Amino acid sequence: MNALMFDAISRSSLALEARLEFLRLLRTPSFAIPALVFPVMFYLLFGVLLAKPGASVQVAHYLMATYCVFGVMAPGLFGFGVSVASERDKGLLALRRALPMPPLNYVGGKLAMAMLFAVIIFAMLALAGALLGGVRLPPSQWLQLGLVMAFGVLPFCALGLLVGSFANGQAAPAIVNVIYLPMALLSGLWFPLKLLPAAFQSLAPVWPAWHLAQLGLMSIDQPSSGTLFGHLAYLAVFTGLIGYFAAKRLQREP
Amino acid sequence: MTAETVAQLCAASKRRGAVLALDGVDLAIARGEVYALLGPNGAGKTTAISLLLGLLRPDSGEVRLFGLPPEHLAARRRIGVMLQSAGLPDTLRVGELIAQVRSYYPQPRSLADVAALAGIETLLNVRYARLSGGQQRRVQFALAVCGRPDLLFLDEPTVGMDTESRVQFWKTIRELVTGGCAVVLTTHYLEEAEALAHRVGVLAQGRLLAEGSLDTIRARVSQRQIRCISTLTAEQVQAWPLVHSVQREGDWLRIVTPQPEPVLRELFAADAQVRDLEVQRAGLAEALQTIAREAA
Repeated sequence: MNALMFDAISRSSLALEARLEFLRLLRTPSFAIPALVFPVMFYLLFGVLLAKPGASVQVAHYLMATYCVFGVMAPGLFGFGVSVASERDKGLLALRRALPMPPLNYVGGKLAMAMLFAVIIFAMLALAGALLGGVRLPPSQWLQLGLVMAFGVLPFCALGLLVGSFANGQAAPAIVNVIYLPMALLSGLWFPLKLLPAAFQSLAPVWPAWHLAQLGLMSIDQPSSGTLFGHLAYLAVFTGLIGYFAAKRLQREP
Repeated sequence: MTAETVAQLCAASKRRGAVLALDGVDLAIARGEVYALLGPNGAGKTTAISLLLGLLRPDSGEVRLFGLPPEHLAARRRIGVMLQSAGLPDTLRVGELIAQVRSYYPQPRSLADVAALAGIETLLNVRYARLSGGQQRRVQFALAVCGRPDLLFLDEPTVGMDTESRVQFWKTIRELVTGGCAVVLTTHYLEEAEALAHRVGVLAQGRLLAEGSLDTIRARVSQRQIRCISTLTAEQVQAWPLVHSVQREGDWLRIVTPQPEPVLRELFAADAQVRDLEVQRAGLAEALQTIAREAA
């Protein structure tokens, strides 16, 4: 583009955009309540209250990582997918494009929003795990898990952006839910995969949520499958490819 | 292109699906002028605006905004935009929405100035969803002017406003124009074009059929209209020379003619009881209909 793409105006504008995008969603109960409350609620139910007494501390560790992944999927899928679809529908995207909005603002502001929500969801689960589930980790592992989740939201942002780039505002929530809930189940986020039929277990490496869950488990020394490099490479390629197609589609003329 | 031209379409054509939405249109907007783009739905107004804003690219021809391609940020930092449907975020407050758009511009108006200009001083802490339709329109106007634009795009700006707000809105636009701001206006309210526009462009089926000052456009229609209550039949009147068309509407007779004086003489001679007589020059609405009919 041109030299104005990331000048001082663009930088301060991006910071404001991110803050307002976060506020906007925080004040939207249909987004904020499920995104912030459900992961902790389900974790406390299945990871702490209903865990078998003998294995409870182990379960609390394991499921804390996988429920973090379940949690960070939401700001990516809903914060991007549903928002972009309805903003396209209602003409807000066209207005933003017509105004001199710096080109990185739209996606950049939403990315920052999603990462902030991811960190908050991680912090809530970490508190629940440490205070109620007996989770004990060295500080370095807490930090690693937090970083995995903060950046782990990105593949779901790309996927949400793709949904938002073709679905209309009415259909997007349904489409996102059809991706969100089955993927969480089939990636072993709610309970370990070995409780599912073998066919579903062998399918797991298709899902980005499964790879992110393995990274989360690795970061806190819980049993996991695959290699660090394999998971990182899968997630990077997934994010890049899906994000590229989504951006291409969004740039198309309406 | 002169230094005073702020926005320009040069032989711009654009196909939307099977329809040639814009067919070789040339138009130029000068600094400080109000240019009203008129025409029926589907005439190409939205396509023309979308090209000027860089939302669409022309299939052929050229688009310039302040001498630059319209997608250039330096050009767009000099425009303000009010689109027909804005769909602003419901959960943000008015002050937050203004702050967001102010942040796009190098030297924006202060928040207080913007609020005063749009008449929304008391609404800054209110969430957008809680505003009435007319208040939302004023907020959208505030967003359009907050960057001190040299060129303002107003797409059906007063839809949903009551008469008083509309008159107040026109007054504000005139003040901005006095300050050197150019305006591209599309509207369905012809009195809005008559109240604001220096120049009018008439689009139909993707072509610019007529362009010029309001008087020039009105003069394209030489017809006058005579209305009166008379017992004469339409067939009798139709037989007179210089009568273009006659219609009876209840007691009323409506006669259209290019030259009213001889027709009036005939009328008085034929019907001594004629009353409630009116002779009108064609307004902008009749002018537009005539221009569209001639082109079809």
